[in-house]
Amino acid sequence: MTWSESKQEKVLAIVSKHEIRQTRLLQILREVQDEFHCVPKNALEIVAAELGLARTKVEGVVQFYSLLSLEQQGRFHILFSDSITDQFQGSRELMDYLSAKLGVKPGQTRSDGKVSLGFTSCTGLCDQGPAGLVNGHWLSRLNESRIDRIVDLVEREVPVSSWPLEFFHVEDNIQSPGLLLQSPIDQGEALKQLVREGFEEIFMEINRSGLRGRGGAGFETAWKWRFCAEGPEDYSGSSLVDKNERFVVCNADEGEPGTFKDRILLNSYAHQVFEGMTVCAGIVGAKQGFLYLRGEYLRLRPQLEAILANRRAKNFLGKSILGRNGFDFDIEIHMGAGAYVCGEESALIESLEGKRGVPRVRPPYPIDRGYLDQPTVVNNVETFAAVAAIAAYGGAWFATQGTDKSKGSKIISISGDCERPGIYEYDFGISIAEILMDCGAENTLAVQVGGPSGGIISGKEYHRKLAFEDLGTGGSFMIFNKKRDVLEIVRNFTHFFAHESCGFCTPCRVGTTLLKNEVDKICDGHATSLDLVGLSSLAKFIKTASHCGLGQSAANPVLGSLSHFPQAYKDRFKDVVFEPGFDLDESLETARRMSARDDPWAHLEQ
Amino acid sequence: MAEKLKIATTSLGGCFGCHMSFLDIDERIIDLFDLVEFDRSPLTDIKHCSEYVDIGLIEGGVCNSENVHTLREFRKSCKVLIAVGACAINGGLPALRNFIPLEECLAESYLTGEGIDNPQIPSDIELPLLLDKVHPIHELVKVDYFLPGCPPSGNAFWRFITDLAAGKTPTLPYDLVHYD
Repeated sequence: MTWSESKQEKVLAIVSKHEIRQTRLLQILREVQDEFHCVPKNALEIVAAELGLARTKVEGVVQFYSLLSLEQQGRFHILFSDSITDQFQGSRELMDYLSAKLGVKPGQTRSDGKVSLGFTSCTGLCDQGPAGLVNGHWLSRLNESRIDRIVDLVEREVPVSSWPLEFFHVEDNIQSPGLLLQSPIDQGEALKQLVREGFEEIFMEINRSGLRGRGGAGFETAWKWRFCAEGPEDYSGSSLVDKNERFVVCNADEGEPGTFKDRILLNSYAHQVFEGMTVCAGIVGAKQGFLYLRGEYLRLRPQLEAILANRRAKNFLGKSILGRNGFDFDIEIHMGAGAYVCGEESALIESLEGKRGVPRVRPPYPIDRGYLDQPTVVNNVETFAAVAAIAAYGGAWFATQGTDKSKGSKIISISGDCERPGIYEYDFGISIAEILMDCGAENTLAVQVGGPSGGIISGKEYHRKLAFEDLGTGGSFMIFNKKRDVLEIVRNFTHFFAHESCGFCTPCRVGTTLLKNEVDKICDGHATSLDLVGLSSLAKFIKTASHCGLGQSAANPVLGSLSHFPQAYKDRFKDVVFEPGFDLDESLETARRMSARDDPWAHLEQ
Repeated sequence: MAEKLKIATTSLGGCFGCHMSFLDIDERIIDLFDLVEFDRSPLTDIKHCSEYVDIGLIEGGVCNSENVHTLREFRKSCKVLIAVGACAINGGLPALRNFIPLEECLAESYLTGEGIDNPQIPSDIELPLLLDKVHPIHELVKVDYFLPGCPPSGNAFWRFITDLAAGKTPTLPYDLVHYD
């Protein structure tokens, strides 16, 4: 099949728009996907040839990211969030409804090519679900009547840009602002302070504030920056400072199900986030920064670009920022394409370089060898927002709040079974019980702190405190009441990890699928107490043998629920020694039908 | 002298390669007979397991209904059941058909394939029906030990069985599971 010249031209135009750079491969493929509703084979070849990459390399990238597809998708591609909170809000039933109305199943494209359906891990709208995406744009608060209208728009082929705005309406939903959210800085305030006081002084303020990374791991921000600024030495121990370029990366790949605080920060506090990045650039000596924005947050991109343009106009970005010689810095937005693992900093850097988001071996850490093997600071959105505030108001302002080891405040995203889901900001040290009271949660069975990779907390632990020294979290806080089935939650999380495993190491690639099969067996009522032995040894193995944090935490839902809710498992067990995890008699059905048999020997007992 | 251990063996969806490899213990088979006697096995042609068997060795995965019955008979009789070789442990080569719908497999073999005369799907109560997927044996019954290899070497068989006969948990040193 020859490809029309106009199509070739389109692909070539996309590639040259991105200056034929390999690091832009993912960005190029995203645009190709937008244009053709898939990445066609021909486009793949053109992109590979233009960039000087092997075709298989490019195809490997397409296959890695769930928002890219080799198969033709519909002109309207609708994805529903499959996060547990969306499921509990009825997303699966709504998908059945939509699928019946449109006459196409999830995972398929309708024969007329108009529409395709599917599921995606989490869209970051857990407080306004059930949610989804249409051609990459958020759909919030889905219900049957809204779906009726969507079906009508699809059938009449009304372009998404002309759909009613209310479908896409997403609120910040800040329920309880704290230290940061209550006192946003004025534009440029932190930078003016930086230029007035000097880089070293502001660095000392950040050090004094005791700020630790907000992504979850809690590394001290000041030290990360210092290591990056001084970083790496050659083998003889002498510094390579002058030989290296440095980079600042803001990790806005907020993929942990149940987390949506970055959505708010980027929607309403983006100036402050960019300002924090610029402060960092000044201190570590970086000229280039990146905002790695998760693919699902596409709708935020235009306004973020506008803010960047505005900051350039005001000389908050660009050459000689605020007149200071040599203080040059600019920020580029890179879009992700639906891969949870890219939230891990080294995978994120791979993705920034246009590759598959496979985590690197650490050390060397990004502060030594990050983007293009150069020293790179990767911090969370919330960290940069805090940095800007600390630069403006001083380290003491921040350090007086929180606990001894966890200074300042934490923004958490509350979803699930409570009266008032949304954004809450607390000083570190607040107890789980107080949070539950504030958001109007009653009859709470369990709280998942830190998302699927975090931990599950049951009633007897609600006195525990939110802090790095007790319960650390990246910001996800999912509440489940007593009507919920713990095992359904575990099943959802286990499926999530099996889906998101990057496939690089065997313990995670194979282990997460085995874990998923075993949990399915338990949920489907085929398990016996013997299965528990295999399950817990498998879980421990995945935890200890996996390459990166994804695999190491993939078994947490199983291990946590086993220790907090052992009865939930026991209730499901059959009182036999062993039973197959699938329906034996059913699996003879095809052969029975084709050989037209129904005699007693054509059946099996479970 | 203590009573000899009873061993039963069978091949489900296997190629008998594991059985052949078992015989690679060569003259040690004479020593083995001092320790064990063979019950149901293709080596003895005994058709069913005795009521009590000490060790069951299963080669091959579970492909059809007869495999299920055989496997269950072994599990019922054998104190210790061992999955032997790649097919019993993972499904092996026969499990490659798991990627093709059974409908297509049967049609290709009996209806539409090249050179087929009088196309029909065989239908007789004496013929076992195929399961829609090939399964490793631990998905159907509890398995006590796994003896890896394709096939496991004669030395690995020897080590495993002599360990069990000595009342020890069988262990395989690295050189017995290192294949290149």
